[in-house]
Amino acid sequence: MENISIPNKKNKIPLLEVKQLSLSFPQYKKGFEESYIQVIRDFELTIYPGEIVAVVGSSGSGKSLLADSILGILPENAAINGTLLFKGVALTKNRQEQLRGKAISLIPQSVKALDPLMKTGRQVQGIIRDKKDKKRIQEEAFLKLGLAPGTGDKYPHELSGGMARRVLIASAMVSEAQLIIADEPTPGLDELAWEETLSNLKQLSEGNRGIMFITHDIQAALKIADKIAVFYAGETLEIANKEDFSGKGEVLRHPYTKALWLALPENDFKVLKGNQPESEDVFPGCVFEPRCPIATGLCKTNKPDSTMINNGITRCFYA
Amino acid sequence: MGLLVAISIFSFILISNSPVDPVQSYIGAEISRISPEQRTNIEEYWGLHRSKPEQYFLWSKAVFQGNLGESLIYRKPVTDIIWERFSASILLMGIAWVLSGVFGLILGILAGMNEGSILDRIIKSYSFILASTPAFWFGLLVLMVFAAWLNWFPVGLAAPAGSLRGEVSLADTFKHLFLPVLTLSIGGVASIALHTREKMIEVLSSEFIRFARAKGLSGMRLFWRHGLRNISLPAISLHFASFGELFGGAVLTEQVFSYPGLGQAVVRAGLGGDIPLLLGITLFSVVFIFVGNFMADLLYVVIDPRMKTKQAHD
Repeated sequence: MENISIPNKKNKIPLLEVKQLSLSFPQYKKGFEESYIQVIRDFELTIYPGEIVAVVGSSGSGKSLLADSILGILPENAAINGTLLFKGVALTKNRQEQLRGKAISLIPQSVKALDPLMKTGRQVQGIIRDKKDKKRIQEEAFLKLGLAPGTGDKYPHELSGGMARRVLIASAMVSEAQLIIADEPTPGLDELAWEETLSNLKQLSEGNRGIMFITHDIQAALKIADKIAVFYAGETLEIANKEDFSGKGEVLRHPYTKALWLALPENDFKVLKGNQPESEDVFPGCVFEPRCPIATGLCKTNKPDSTMINNGITRCFYA
Repeated sequence: MGLLVAISIFSFILISNSPVDPVQSYIGAEISRISPEQRTNIEEYWGLHRSKPEQYFLWSKAVFQGNLGESLIYRKPVTDIIWERFSASILLMGIAWVLSGVFGLILGILAGMNEGSILDRIIKSYSFILASTPAFWFGLLVLMVFAAWLNWFPVGLAAPAGSLRGEVSLADTFKHLFLPVLTLSIGGVASIALHTREKMIEVLSSEFIRFARAKGLSGMRLFWRHGLRNISLPAISLHFASFGELFGGAVLTEQVFSYPGLGQAVVRAGLGGDIPLLLGITLFSVVFIFVGNFMADLLYVVIDPRMKTKQAHD
């Protein structure tokens, strides 16, 4: 697996390295027959400081669980396998506990992530380590994000969707996080708030922070991300550079990524038939085989490995 | 206020149509000794020959002036009796109320935190059984076990029989209170525990707890900062709104334990045809229950900021 890293950054230690991560939950079918459902399989991702890596996948592909695995806040019955490295050192349960909220920070999806009974300012202040200056630091962060003075004295239900989003971003801003995991920060926003949120995320990455941007919105991903990991049925099908998304998608490596790109309104607006498989379905071969336009008998029986092609990674026999 | 008027009219109609003959309950067993003329005189003196609305008006005017009349059984002003009985009852109800709230909350939190575990199942079944247990039956059971068999606590009353006021020690008061309080609080525990358990499970799976954990909070710090306030909401509104049940429970409990409180007085007033006392206590209990509900509303606004803005919009 060592060969899979972006060559031009080889001299740097990656902020986050995820190798062959898999995650499953026990499930009780009829009676006491126990089985596991795999929600994430062989997931690979590398994030360098100052880089924004988008993880793009449709809903139900297990993206939020990915965030939880890195933070170490999975439910107790989750079974996790694979390697997680933070700055080259293994992320053990203990280390996750020490780092989360400090070196690794989460930007959650919605206003629901704020405690409904606590003023927003206080909720953000709770993260700040510097106990004497926390009010000033919080107010500065709010100001920087364009929140009116006095927003900190409001309760979450008094904020609009866009304001709440900015409060959540502020909580990542005031933390000393080097790695920020933004879990679907854009849905439900109007055009303006959408643009703002994205530029705020971009702003966050400028302080040499690494950002893992989990989203189903490929346009948002293309706008700010340096690399895009395409997540499908719990697997990484491709990790492409932003520049690869151009023209008719000739440079893209995986048929699914190509289909995603062509489905955009400004391209062909062509929608791929079928649905993403449920996590209970088990495939001996490639997960995308049932919907793939170029699939062969080999894809049905054998699972393609991740291979490095043209400065990106893909999991396809015919790339 | 409107509520009070409505309740007073309603209970007045009920009582005036009841078979209770006020003159007979006033005179008591001597009724056969008085002549029909004397009887008419008494009726006239009380205004019983007037129309019902007129009677109600006279009565409510007196009530408004703070005069609830004189109890026929105790031969004392009703206000004095209510006051005296209530101070005994409030001790019983107050302690039972606080205990059931605290224990209900603790049990609910424990069960909710360990959803599906054996502890959760024990607390849940315990609550279901208790919630469906009538207070008077439980009271009798407690009496049998702790007073009759084990002899740990007295069978009834608020103080040792034959002792004078002022001679009663704190230990005696406590000993006499123990079983009634236990009986009265046990029912409240169940509903608080079950509601708190539900809320705890809901809060634990909420987005803001996930985010709080992602921010590095865990254990007791997480619970104090984001848990307790959120899960205590249903418990608080339920507990203050349960003043009515508390009062109803006290009536039964006091009866079982012959505890000289308001509940016992209301039963005696009803059975003895003591109309002024019965009406007086009815009105008093309405005020009492209203205060409970009102406090629940007030506290809810203090704790939950979402209620405040809603009211402002209305």
